[in-house]
Amino acid sequence: MKRSTLVALTGFAGLMVGVCSSGLVEVSAKPISYKLPNETAAFKPGPNLETVQNNCTACHSADYVQTQPRGAKFKEDFWRAEVTKMIKVYGAPIDEADVGKIVDYLAQTY
Amino acid sequence: MIDRRSLIKHSGAAIAALGAGMAAPSLRAFAAAVALPFENGERPLVKYPQKRPMIGLTSRPPQLETPFSAFNGNVITPNDAFFVRYHLADIPLSIDPDTFSVEVKGKVNKPIKLSLANIKRMPAVDIVAVNQCSGNSRGFFNPRVAGGQSGNGAMGNARWRGVPLKAVLDAAGVQGGARQVTFNGMDGPVADKTPDFVKALDIDHARDGEVMLAYAMNGTDLPLLNGFPLRLVVPGYYGTYWVKHLNEITVIDDVFDGFWMKTAYRIPDNACNCVEPGTAPKTTIPINRLKVRSFITNVADGAKLKAGAQTTLKGIAFDGGKGIKDVAVSTDQGKTWAQAKLGADLGKYSFREWQMPVRLAAGAHELKVRATSNGGEVQPMEPLWNPAGYLRNVVETVRVTAA
Repeated sequence: MKRSTLVALTGFAGLMVGVCSSGLVEVSAKPISYKLPNETAAFKPGPNLETVQNNCTACHSADYVQTQPRGAKFKEDFWRAEVTKMIKVYGAPIDEADVGKIVDYLAQTY
Repeated sequence: MIDRRSLIKHSGAAIAALGAGMAAPSLRAFAAAVALPFENGERPLVKYPQKRPMIGLTSRPPQLETPFSAFNGNVITPNDAFFVRYHLADIPLSIDPDTFSVEVKGKVNKPIKLSLANIKRMPAVDIVAVNQCSGNSRGFFNPRVAGGQSGNGAMGNARWRGVPLKAVLDAAGVQGGARQVTFNGMDGPVADKTPDFVKALDIDHARDGEVMLAYAMNGTDLPLLNGFPLRLVVPGYYGTYWVKHLNEITVIDDVFDGFWMKTAYRIPDNACNCVEPGTAPKTTIPINRLKVRSFITNVADGAKLKAGAQTTLKGIAFDGGKGIKDVAVSTDQGKTWAQAKLGADLGKYSFREWQMPVRLAAGAHELKVRATSNGGEVQPMEPLWNPAGYLRNVVETVRVTAA
């Protein structure tokens, strides 16, 4: 429900109560329909980009990768550990054949 | 607005748009950014419904950090500035509080389902308590570790209103032999094999009368991203236990072995809960009480102060529930310390304000602040390390120049 609609309905209900004098109604929290902003983070161009998009973006946005530490210590071993964690710990359905491609992309691109 | 320890820069696109003679975009339309003071710390400032512009760590699931300037002058963190941290991307976006209910089940005599109205009719309690993310300040770890790379803004202090968990458990009647209580919320995983976010507390902790089911925060409904319409409040404990959108409470006669207790959110099982940087602990325990911490909130790193003039340093301190005994300030890199004056006591789980007048000679200075809890816990001068990047509580340093 849009915010404006919500306000309009609330106003209408208030008017009805006023007109009908139907007695005290316990005021409860209003229903919420929440709209998240559009996702703007994207994976950077790199090798096997499509494989990464197909395997990673169902569960999380690209900024999960973008914001990780950088530098020589955060290359292949670091990213292999992360991809393994996604599979073993979080149950990500990633084909064994894709693991190397994803690790290569991450190590070369971030 | 210049934020503490951060630079805000307008994006090239926004400036280009202005330069091209387009109508000036509203503040919301500015693509503003922040640089947290560690490597790869650039973050967008993002605008979400019910929130002021926040430091965007991730967008799906959302993780929003409080701009540190929000702590200056606010012992209570405003709801629209309160940090947001989800683990799993299937978050409830449409919630009708009139149909919402929380179930109490498991080893209880009478399983019950309570509507929000039922809960609001029970005797209410208020508590001011700090909610701090286990990984607050992870970006400052050295060596760096994987995970959400937060600055210091994944914390907040609010006045929570709700009912004691004890009252709800008593209504259901806890059976003998109960050992723990588990908590689940409406948010869940996207992939079916991802472990749902479920947390557990020992039965005695759950029945201590302070752990609360909160439906209001600072006098109003919880913002959706802070757990509307009901969240667990575990005073003195790290935020991982404060389950949002709480709708399932289960009493068990065992120790819960779900992923988010058994594997994640573990800290080294030793006196400092720390290990040699870069090494792994032998044994671990679930993360628990907040470590004592303090911050200067009114002077930012890199600030220029007037030499010889009196400046009042102000800030906050908190711990895991003993309360703050004293706060000491050093203006000479920690060689000498003077005791700050503490502000009003809002309870042992709250931020405690402090202030300290200082007079600085011309030149560069390092300002340090160190809190001690009523339990005798003192902030360490050097950071302690653990592989998951939790519990950071080193004495903070603000570098200023007086002229």
